[in-house]
Amino acid sequence: METLLILMLLPPLAGAAVNGVLGRRLPQAAISLIGCGAAGFSMLFALLCAWTYSISAAQPAPFIHSYFTWIEAGSLRADYALYYDRLTLVMTVTVTVVAFLIHLYSRGYMQHEGGYYRFFTYLNLFLFMMLTLVTAANYPLMFVGWEGVGLCSYLLIGFYFRRPAAADAGKKAFIVTRIGDAGFAVGVALLFWTFGSLNFQETFGRIIALPAGEMQGTMTAVGLLLFLGAVGKSAQIPLYVWLPDAMEGPTPVSALIHAATMVTAGVYLVARSSPIYSHAPQALQVVAVIGCVTAFFAATIALTQNDLKRMLAYSTISQLGYMFIGCGVGAFAAGIFHLMTHACFKSLLFLAAGSVMHALDGELDMRKMGGLRRKMKTTFLTFFIATLAISGVPGLSGFFSKDEILAGAYEGPLGQPWLYWLGAFTAGLTALYMFRGLFLTFFGKSRLTPDLEHHVHESGSKMTVPLLVLALFSIVAGDVSWPKAFGGSESFDRYLEPVFKPSEDSLRAFAPSAAHGPGSDALMIFALLFAGLGILVAYWFYLRSTRLPALLAERFSLLYNTLLHKYYVDEFYDWLIVRPLRVGSEKLLWQECDVGAIDGVMVNGTAKLVDDAGGFLRRIQSGNIRSYASWVLLGATVWLAYVLWPR
Amino acid sequence: MIPIAHVLALSVALFVIGAAGFVFRKNIITVFMCIELMLNAVNLAFIGFSRYLGNLDGHLFVFFVIVVAAAEASVGLAIIIALNRNRDSLNIDDLDSMKM
Repeated sequence: METLLILMLLPPLAGAAVNGVLGRRLPQAAISLIGCGAAGFSMLFALLCAWTYSISAAQPAPFIHSYFTWIEAGSLRADYALYYDRLTLVMTVTVTVVAFLIHLYSRGYMQHEGGYYRFFTYLNLFLFMMLTLVTAANYPLMFVGWEGVGLCSYLLIGFYFRRPAAADAGKKAFIVTRIGDAGFAVGVALLFWTFGSLNFQETFGRIIALPAGEMQGTMTAVGLLLFLGAVGKSAQIPLYVWLPDAMEGPTPVSALIHAATMVTAGVYLVARSSPIYSHAPQALQVVAVIGCVTAFFAATIALTQNDLKRMLAYSTISQLGYMFIGCGVGAFAAGIFHLMTHACFKSLLFLAAGSVMHALDGELDMRKMGGLRRKMKTTFLTFFIATLAISGVPGLSGFFSKDEILAGAYEGPLGQPWLYWLGAFTAGLTALYMFRGLFLTFFGKSRLTPDLEHHVHESGSKMTVPLLVLALFSIVAGDVSWPKAFGGSESFDRYLEPVFKPSEDSLRAFAPSAAHGPGSDALMIFALLFAGLGILVAYWFYLRSTRLPALLAERFSLLYNTLLHKYYVDEFYDWLIVRPLRVGSEKLLWQECDVGAIDGVMVNGTAKLVDDAGGFLRRIQSGNIRSYASWVLLGATVWLAYVLWPR
Repeated sequence: MIPIAHVLALSVALFVIGAAGFVFRKNIITVFMCIELMLNAVNLAFIGFSRYLGNLDGHLFVFFVIVVAAAEASVGLAIIIALNRNRDSLNIDDLDSMKM
């Protein structure tokens, strides 16, 4: 088992090393063979790990193996140790499968782009870091993966670094997530300070053994700080602003990093730290509220976006909000379930969008598309399936996971009715904006320029095969957990029970009388009604009376413009943080401190002092030998007088 | 027996003459000779003290000074000749090319 785990982690690292060092001189075929081969092996070993773990006798207990001591300083000890339980299993399989498919897709998508080897190097490195993140057995090691994926995200967003927008977006992502990472680091430090250990097993064991209510203050602080890290990484309010800009990166990157895997690391962190949150219900409520508000807020922005990828980015933020609702109400398994299904259909949406973009020569404005359904049959079909899945149409994966989250929002240990209602309403908005995107892109009359009209073509099999596979997953991934209302047993929840049960139990101790809603059937029906309504409105607006949206936009121009400009949050941050920082840096730090004090007084001042003193003293150096001799004589006389003067 | 004070008075007189000549004369050769004069004034003081104290240490120093002075004279005169060939002048005030 320990060998298999290492074999799962190493291929991407080796692939990154080989491609990174030799890639410049290798032909494209060799680069893609190494890159995809590494991802493929990783997936293979991830599946083997899953199998070995599932048949092992000690199964529900986590498998932990320490490979070597990494840090040993005072009482701090962090091993290079891996932690494998059912949650890790779900995460590694999801990550490696999606990553492998996206690697395959990238062969086609990146074919004509420069820096082919660079792309695969970063992608492999990302996979390694992501696997480190989800398999780490202690917080420091997890932090390595956490920062590693952040680095790869930065490198890949800024992949087209000659374009200033891409380079800026990379920096923005890096800096904004850094704010959250600081919270993560402080939270981990606080945890170490409290418990003297950072191993999951040891720390969590002690936390779970705590009686309810004990150390609630510390646990709340740790929980909130860790959640700050998650907010940065998973693009929640108020740190979500980097994700839409991150769409400057190549589309496979948006699919892999900014939809399926890295941005869900925050959800994983919260779920993994569930014992901590189980003793900090207030912190968990913050998680739920922020998740819910983000889900709604991002969905409203997505309604008005005209850029296909940006719309999907806001959709990702919104869906991540759902996952946090799930975790925040104590239904951790539902959050992870949605993470898994979302990884399938959202990466599919992005890849299909990439296929459209590929066909349209980089065009992303949905107002300039339309009618692509006939020309790109596979892309359309897969996009359609993913849209159905994300909108929560029954039978597809998104329906099951979203339903579980919404049911949890009402009936979970910390559930509250308003979380459910806002969540359900957001589900309707989700259906509306997704179908708007679908109709604008693939239905109706073509609004392409004649030039592009000829150019449009279905992408090659390198790209369509991963699309089809992901479409299949988008349909069936939900079947692992049929809801009770359909005669199922929510088997995914049962499966993750060994991981989350202690936490959920101790949460129930805080809120013994959780709201008893109208029953899960009714909850499901309401959510479905909202989704159906969303689809109908989209149909009405964008296929039937296509002038209506423009009319509405004119009528409610204030609302429309606010949404179109994303609530002016970027402008607000610019005004609140960027500008004062910039002005302060320029006026005070640069012109006063640096130019005035450091350069003026210290650096140039020293030089000027020496210069002036030298200018004065050099008058002695007349060049006249006799005057030198006089000085020597004078000096000798003075010295003699001093020595010999009778005292 | 000549008292030490007389010897020292002569030595000081010679040294002051040498120093004054060094400072005020412009001809390099004269300046050079003034240096020799100062050295010899010091030699005289050494010898005087040596005799006064009744030991040979002073003699030792004098021999060293004479040896160094001989070496200095040969090198110095060679430099003066080279300078005279290059500059066609023995005026000490002309030799200021090191000044900025």
